Amino acid sequence: MVSATRIVNGKVYDPINNIDGVIRDICIEDGRIVESVPDSATRIEAQGMVIMPGGVDIHCHIAGPKVNAGRKLMPEDHRKDPYPGTAVTRSGSGGIVPSTFTTGYRYATMGYTTAMEAAVPPLSARHTLEELHDTPVIDKGFYVLLANNIFLQNLIKEGRQEEFQQAVAWWMNATRAYTPKLVNPGGDEPWKGKRNTNVHDIDEKVDGISPRQIIEAFVIAADKMNLPHPAHIHCNNLGHSGNYRTTLETMRTAGDKRLHIAHIQFNCYGGEVGKQPASKAAEIIEYINQHPNITCDVGQVMFGNALSMTADAPLAYMLRGINKNKWVNADTECESGCGIVPFTYQGHVYTHTLQWAIGLELFLLTENPWQVILSTDHPNGGSFMNYPKLIRLLMDRGFRRQEIARVNQKAIAKTMISDLDREYSLYEIAIITRAGPARALGLKNKGHLGPGADADITIHDEMEDKEMMFNAPRYVLKSGVHIIADHEFREDHTGRLLHITPEYDQKIEEVIQPFFESYYSVQFENYPIDKSYMHDNEVISTGST
Amino acid sequence: MSLTLSLHTSPEVPVEADVISPDRLNNLNESALSALPVFHGNVQAKIGDFFKVQGQYNGEIRVEGDLSKVKHIGAGMTSGRLIVNGDVGAHLGAGMQGGKIIVDGNVADWAASEMTGGRIIIKGNAGHMLGSSIRGSATGITGGEIIVHGNARNEAGQAMRNGLIVIGGNSEDLTGVNMLSGTIIVLGKMGIRTGAGMKRGTILSMHDADLLSTFTYACTYHPTYLRLYLTYIKKLGFQIDDAKLSGNYERWAGDSIELNRGEILLYRN
Repeated sequence: MVSATRIVNGKVYDPINNIDGVIRDICIEDGRIVESVPDSATRIEAQGMVIMPGGVDIHCHIAGPKVNAGRKLMPEDHRKDPYPGTAVTRSGSGGIVPSTFTTGYRYATMGYTTAMEAAVPPLSARHTLEELHDTPVIDKGFYVLLANNIFLQNLIKEGRQEEFQQAVAWWMNATRAYTPKLVNPGGDEPWKGKRNTNVHDIDEKVDGISPRQIIEAFVIAADKMNLPHPAHIHCNNLGHSGNYRTTLETMRTAGDKRLHIAHIQFNCYGGEVGKQPASKAAEIIEYINQHPNITCDVGQVMFGNALSMTADAPLAYMLRGINKNKWVNADTECESGCGIVPFTYQGHVYTHTLQWAIGLELFLLTENPWQVILSTDHPNGGSFMNYPKLIRLLMDRGFRRQEIARVNQKAIAKTMISDLDREYSLYEIAIITRAGPARALGLKNKGHLGPGADADITIHDEMEDKEMMFNAPRYVLKSGVHIIADHEFREDHTGRLLHITPEYDQKIEEVIQPFFESYYSVQFENYPIDKSYMHDNEVISTGST
Repeated sequence: MSLTLSLHTSPEVPVEADVISPDRLNNLNESALSALPVFHGNVQAKIGDFFKVQGQYNGEIRVEGDLSKVKHIGAGMTSGRLIVNGDVGAHLGAGMQGGKIIVDGNVADWAASEMTGGRIIIKGNAGHMLGSSIRGSATGITGGEIIVHGNARNEAGQAMRNGLIVIGGNSEDLTGVNMLSGTIIVLGKMGIRTGAGMKRGTILSMHDADLLSTFTYACTYHPTYLRLYLTYIKKLGFQIDDAKLSGNYERWAGDSIELNRGEILLYRN
């Protein structure tokens, strides 16, 4: 363990502190960035290299029962990609959904030091915490699925917003989550109980409640509690042609309050339901350009193998009909649904190419990269290992044209991707992979290199081929620990769990408990997660704590 | 002189010996060969810890001894000849792409799984999952020939996509389960659930069989191409009388829960 380090002569990209490629020293002491360190500090010579904060993945699926079910579903994928240990790191298996150890190390190898698991049913929080603890190097947290929670829906139906907010706060504390996640709000109930349908419109009422009411309730609650990251929503009608109207309505429901739209690419489709989709990226991005309260991550589709895993069970059931592969559909009591389907995105297929192009359109049309965050919705749009290639697609117009020429031209003609000449700068890449997600998550110590920030730093050799450059930083530091030096692992590290503890009125337990005793398979006392599941962790402050 | 590996110490737990393959032993002298790594359980060991190595590779490797705890022999090999004297452990010739393996003895499970080419001749019996896919993958063998003179156990040719499997004795249950295409010839009897979930392909048996109800009788006829196949395997040393070369076969179509384009042929007279 090195206690103090000085990185010298590197070109620094730190958008939060408005530093755009300036050569300056970065000093590190006790895991944080400081103004200066003594001369005796370890020096890293970074001449000709680019220094950025560590990457922050705002939306991925890396831990919990559905991820594990995905692993079990694809043994052939692991067999072909063993991940040997080194003197300091542990072994595992790779593939689309790597084992826990491999997930942590591969994120680190790419220069990512924080990642957020995006969908965990409350009942599965224990399992998720165990797996996250076993995911090395990176700091992590998870979003807890609350939008199809029957108890919470009942409170919304009865107009008990204050108690609803207390209950959400209770759930955040009980599960140690980072923010509430909404997946196809209101869509699970019509799917379950042999009804086999879905909500088709944001104002369609099922059992007396519409998706819009649920979204509104969460947006208001998150705003009142001043959560560091607002409600994180996977919109209704995801993946269906014509769903861009739902997406626009969802964003309008938030008014001027904050809202994060997850993997928005999957929600930018024009056309009619059941027919070929068209791109409505321009309409969506126009709304976002005018509304700084909205953030989104793109959920870029990358050609090759993917594994669709979602809490949106009816969507997964639809996908299983497309490629007739193995599939999983499941139900978590009163809380959520789940579906898993292996999927391959192919360049010659119209729909897949359209999805790919829509993702790129979103990136290239945005006026404010702070609002549009890089993700592939790992592993839904492709593995996180595709990020370097995606960065190259954004930074290198020539490469993008080459790739465009290789895919379905009918789909390309339906988008404006061929006319978009924009090339991202390193500064903008630092925004969409580091500063932007950190700010959207309300992580004040991440995504920048100012004094007080966590010393999560990546140092890349500056190269013409940006895919190569972002594939393997020469140095990766996590909390000041020299994890990777000269492309080799030098030290292992256990990251922290990031979670929130919003205050709530204890009396809400008296309202929740009778519901539990009537409908849950778990005793109320056994439901909240106790301290034995908490290892290194950091509470991110909310307005009320 | 060809290269010979004779087992001098029986391993306590299985040894993972995918290095015993012409591709890996080519151009190495005896001491370099003895030093090649194998896994003994979870401990790394050397070939020399278990085998006495003699000679130089000249296109042929001989392996001798009770190899029932030696796994992955010839896995992924692309060319050359591998002759095994004695019983051999699991995954023999797994993922094999070319060349020839001849075993004078019995082989354990998973032999020739996911092979893409080449030929394996087994003089004794084969275990379960002969020429199958590894769990999780949709496709088993995509080419090559697997010739077994003895019996084979369950799921022979599971998810097979192409190639030829000949079983001189009996096969147990689920022969050709989930088969996609290709040919399986069983000269003896087959167990139950033959061809369950098969899409295309041919399974032939010289005896009556207890078929699933999702197979339907089509006709009794003499498929011309069959004479070609049977003459070929007769040359490989199997006993096939002339009645069978020119005989009639019942054709059962299935599996109707899938494409229904596969066939099971049963010898009548």
